[in-house]
Amino acid sequence: MSENLATSRTASRWKPRRKWSQWSERLVYVLFGAFALLSIATTAGIIASLVFEAIEFFKAVPFTHFLFDGEWTPLFANPQYGILVLISATLMTAAIALCVAIPLGLMAAIYLSEFAAPKLRRWLKPSLELLAGIPSVVHGYFALIFVTPILQALIPGVEVFNALSAGLVMGIAILPTVASLSEDAIFAVPQSLRQGAYALGTTRREAIQNVVLPGALSGIVASCILGMARAVGETMIVTIAAGQNPRPIKPDLSFLDPRLSVQTMTSFIVQVSQGDAPVNSIEYKTIFAVGMTLFIITLLLNIISFWFVNRFRESYE
Amino acid sequence: MTQIDQVDQSTPASPSRFQANLAQRYRADQIFQTAALLSVLIALFVLIMLLGDVFITGFPRFIQDFPSFLLSYPSRRAAQAGILSPLVGTIWLLILTGLFAIPTGVGAGIFLEEFAANTRLARLIEINIGNLAAVPSIIYGLLALQVFVRWMEPITGGRSVLAGGLTLALLILPIIIVATREALRSVPNSIRQAGFAVGTTRWQVVRDHVLPIALPGILTGTILALSRAIGETAPLITIGALTFIAFLPPLSPIIEGLRSPFTALPIQTYNWISRPQPEFQNNAAAAIVMLLIVLLLMNATAIYLRNRTQKIRND
Repeated sequence: MSENLATSRTASRWKPRRKWSQWSERLVYVLFGAFALLSIATTAGIIASLVFEAIEFFKAVPFTHFLFDGEWTPLFANPQYGILVLISATLMTAAIALCVAIPLGLMAAIYLSEFAAPKLRRWLKPSLELLAGIPSVVHGYFALIFVTPILQALIPGVEVFNALSAGLVMGIAILPTVASLSEDAIFAVPQSLRQGAYALGTTRREAIQNVVLPGALSGIVASCILGMARAVGETMIVTIAAGQNPRPIKPDLSFLDPRLSVQTMTSFIVQVSQGDAPVNSIEYKTIFAVGMTLFIITLLLNIISFWFVNRFRESYE
Repeated sequence: MTQIDQVDQSTPASPSRFQANLAQRYRADQIFQTAALLSVLIALFVLIMLLGDVFITGFPRFIQDFPSFLLSYPSRRAAQAGILSPLVGTIWLLILTGLFAIPTGVGAGIFLEEFAANTRLARLIEINIGNLAAVPSIIYGLLALQVFVRWMEPITGGRSVLAGGLTLALLILPIIIVATREALRSVPNSIRQAGFAVGTTRWQVVRDHVLPIALPGILTGTILALSRAIGETAPLITIGALTFIAFLPPLSPIIEGLRSPFTALPIQTYNWISRPQPEFQNNAAAAIVMLLIVLLLMNATAIYLRNRTQKIRND
């Protein structure tokens, strides 16, 4: 065979069958392109299904009531749908979580990127990722069975289900997200900037605080905002540990007492889903209205993060 | 910072005003470094507490007349309850999710990175994927409730294991796409150019040369994504999987199995946690032990694969 090919006289006998390879190329292009469009279809599907049912919901409940009522009692005989009740609880647990996750996560990121020896770093990073891989239902168990009794022993008036325990453990749950993304941003600041700072006579901490962190600011803020989006959308921890108790909005701010049981947007959705709400019932529509509110909040956070990254990105050549 | 300011203000004529104050600055450094180390240690300490608490509570129940916990169905009596149907349900979900998500996710990643890089469509999809990554998983549950459970009921059979697999596949699709793109991006361009130079099509280069090199990276990302899917609870509850299931989906005909209702380890765990009796909570801890064993095996495989490829690249 190879002898034949070697002579130029027989070269014409070589007929490449390009048809099949061109055809397969086109097939792959169309098929994989369709797969890529699936992600757009997912977004479209999310928006369509949320809006579709939410419109149905707002036919039954006036929009102003939804926004401004001070009580959330959808399962009562005379229901009220004040979403602020759920939003305030959601933001409270998320704020507690961020109070844990941002300082600890950022400092852990600084340690991993700036102080840890390469060998230690190789061990610590996978351990943090392991922490990130723990399912939220496990965190919920930990909050309810382990953290809450400790809090009850330390602080008077802590209920069995409370926002504080859920928020603290949620902070631990989102800590790896914040730490890992911040670490990427800090690690990406070029070494020459640190060396420049040292040459000016700064210590390590001064170089980190005045040169490295400002250089990584956009990435750090993006990681914190993503952490917040995670906290707002986190479901199982708040459902298990914070209970199902919507607190009416009152001027005495009792609804913001973290020792008490609250109901977040996500735990309301779980509560209704558990009860097997029939399609077309008002409960069924309500979870979509709440879901849409949740989606809009996380979308806004995402847009802020996107804007911030683009506005403050330091690019290094 | 203040020291640097002072340097700026001091003129060469008055060098005595410059005080380096090194002792104090080094002390501040020491405190800062200790605080940073402490943050890492706190995170690890909590991890150890969490795992320790779960294992101390759950392990005795797990090995109590050993295989019976694995081989019995959930029951109203805590001592006789087991995790057979949740465990089998989780395996079903794992297989179905992988079946749906891996081909589509890897395909989409290949399309975006190799066929349509730097087009407007690719950028739009990239932004969109960034958005999807921040969407809470319970929202995917609502989408699935509407689409897979309601509209596609004739196919999926409603609240079935098929609907659950599709839901989780949608959830991890963005993760797999991103992992695939990153793995493909790390393949040197010279390999593609060499392929084109001998007259192959783009797909042939990708199939025969780029993909084999990128495969370990893709596998790592995929396994991590699947392990995330296995731990998800909220979207499955939303599509209505929180029920008492004391049977297994039949394997033949397979379509019956796909369309049968199911439960999974995290759901059963949640079910047991939400009961007040401590015996059930011990069961929850034991179920978590099983869940963590599955996840640990998957994560360890992923990390092993990644470390192995990094070594190859360094050599």
